[in-house]
Amino acid sequence: MRHEISILIIGLLAVLTTASVVATILSARAPKPLSSTLVNLTQRINAWWVMVALMTVAFFFGRYGMTILFALISFAALREFVTLTHTRRSDHWVLLGMFGIIIPFQYWLVWTAWYGLFVIFIPVYCFLLMPAITALHGDTERFLERIAAQQWAVMISVYCVSHVPALLTLNVPGFEGRTLLLIAFLIIVVQGSDVLQYIFGKLFGKHRFSPNVSPSKTWEGLIGGLVSASLLGALLSFVTPFSPLQAAAVAFVACSMGFLGGLVASAIKRDQGVKDWGHLIEGHGGMMDRTDSLVFAAPVFFHIVRYFWTV
Amino acid sequence: MNKLSLKTFTLLQTVTSVGLSALAWMVTGVRPIWSGSLPSDRQRIYFANHTSHGDFILLSACLSERERAITHAVAAGEYWGKSRLRRFIAQDMLSSVLINRQWTKPEENPIEIMLSVLDQGHSLILFPEGTRNMTEEPLLAFRSGLYNLSTARPEVELIPCWIENMSRVLPKGQFLPVPLLCRVVFGAPVAVGPGEERRAFLERAHATLLALNPRPERDD
Repeated sequence: MRHEISILIIGLLAVLTTASVVATILSARAPKPLSSTLVNLTQRINAWWVMVALMTVAFFFGRYGMTILFALISFAALREFVTLTHTRRSDHWVLLGMFGIIIPFQYWLVWTAWYGLFVIFIPVYCFLLMPAITALHGDTERFLERIAAQQWAVMISVYCVSHVPALLTLNVPGFEGRTLLLIAFLIIVVQGSDVLQYIFGKLFGKHRFSPNVSPSKTWEGLIGGLVSASLLGALLSFVTPFSPLQAAAVAFVACSMGFLGGLVASAIKRDQGVKDWGHLIEGHGGMMDRTDSLVFAAPVFFHIVRYFWTV
Repeated sequence: MNKLSLKTFTLLQTVTSVGLSALAWMVTGVRPIWSGSLPSDRQRIYFANHTSHGDFILLSACLSERERAITHAVAAGEYWGKSRLRRFIAQDMLSSVLINRQWTKPEENPIEIMLSVLDQGHSLILFPEGTRNMTEEPLLAFRSGLYNLSTARPEVELIPCWIENMSRVLPKGQFLPVPLLCRVVFGAPVAVGPGEERRAFLERAHATLLALNPRPERDD
């Protein structure tokens, strides 16, 4: 596995270095003051250096690193999500439980690889008990809206995100001890697809995909991003249990889900009247702005691998 | 301060202030929005809306370590001076200024106490509503302290600060905070105009602070 990891890290460093060099040249040649797009591009690339560094560190701590990292990502994402929703004083205990009980317990289930409870803890037990607690508080003001938002918040920020480290619990024959690479594959392909969609959109974008939801998403960006990300998937098949063709197909599905995740996140932001979920990541916005695609891709990727490749 | 040496005392306050700011960031990811004023070493009175015990921690977390060292929150002596522990927390750890809203002796005069802090060149964090706002109103009427301080020391800048979301993070009667993102909006300085009446000024300061709320429809 060391060999594959080295190649991935060298590849990422090469891409980031190229990106930084290109951004520096563009900025040097552009008229001053720099356009907001160029400033934002540099910020985004710098943030990518930090994110890749953090992921790499977590990677070297293996199962510990991944479980803790994604629990923290869930925390940050849930915090952004709940901030946007309508909450009332009587929701206090449910909200505390979401951060203090649901996140730790869900990641404990990931850690212990208790699959049976991992998949139903949130959609069955939490979804039934959270509104019950809210109802017991007796505050019915905007009740349905509140419980729906709370459930969707834990679904997105905790349940879906926890499927990334849960990949480590899968038992793929012939791939034992290398499941960390599945996480690397998923993240590189999905985040790569976001970046490629951004690049294709900026270079060739003409036809808006859905002007009502997200002005920045274009057909050109979507198609260019998905096709190139699928190729990237095929290229990375050597770190996976998939053949190149299978890797391309899996990458295509994951990135399509990722695109839909970004679309849904944009719709929520538009509905709430905000541009970004938060400000945690310079140039990108909040944690949810960066993970919205991963959130939709992770569970589907997890179940595809589980259904077709595990025993 | 009598029992602690000055060095231990300063260390305690530094550790407390760095620790609380770090905690505030972990729970609320707090960040300042400078909209009309900028961070500065100038002597100031920061006046803010008050819904939670965490308010001044959030506000001071937005200041630099240097500004924080010379900025004191004004807190109610009736509450924070009640027991030795509370007094220790408020005065020794948080270096707040305790004032009594019901005072009898001349040395308890709140304005005099606050002026003596200003005269040392220090800044204040003041909650002009006088108490934590537990009502549905976004902001209660201001008490006159702000006006009295400003007319007595017109060179001190009055900076309105809107603290967002804290009433949701730590609602009335709760001890555990819910992690939610908070911002503190620092507005343009307000000053008492020439010949401006107390009431007119207080209402203007009130309106200025209220106008800083970035998402008025969220405060419920």
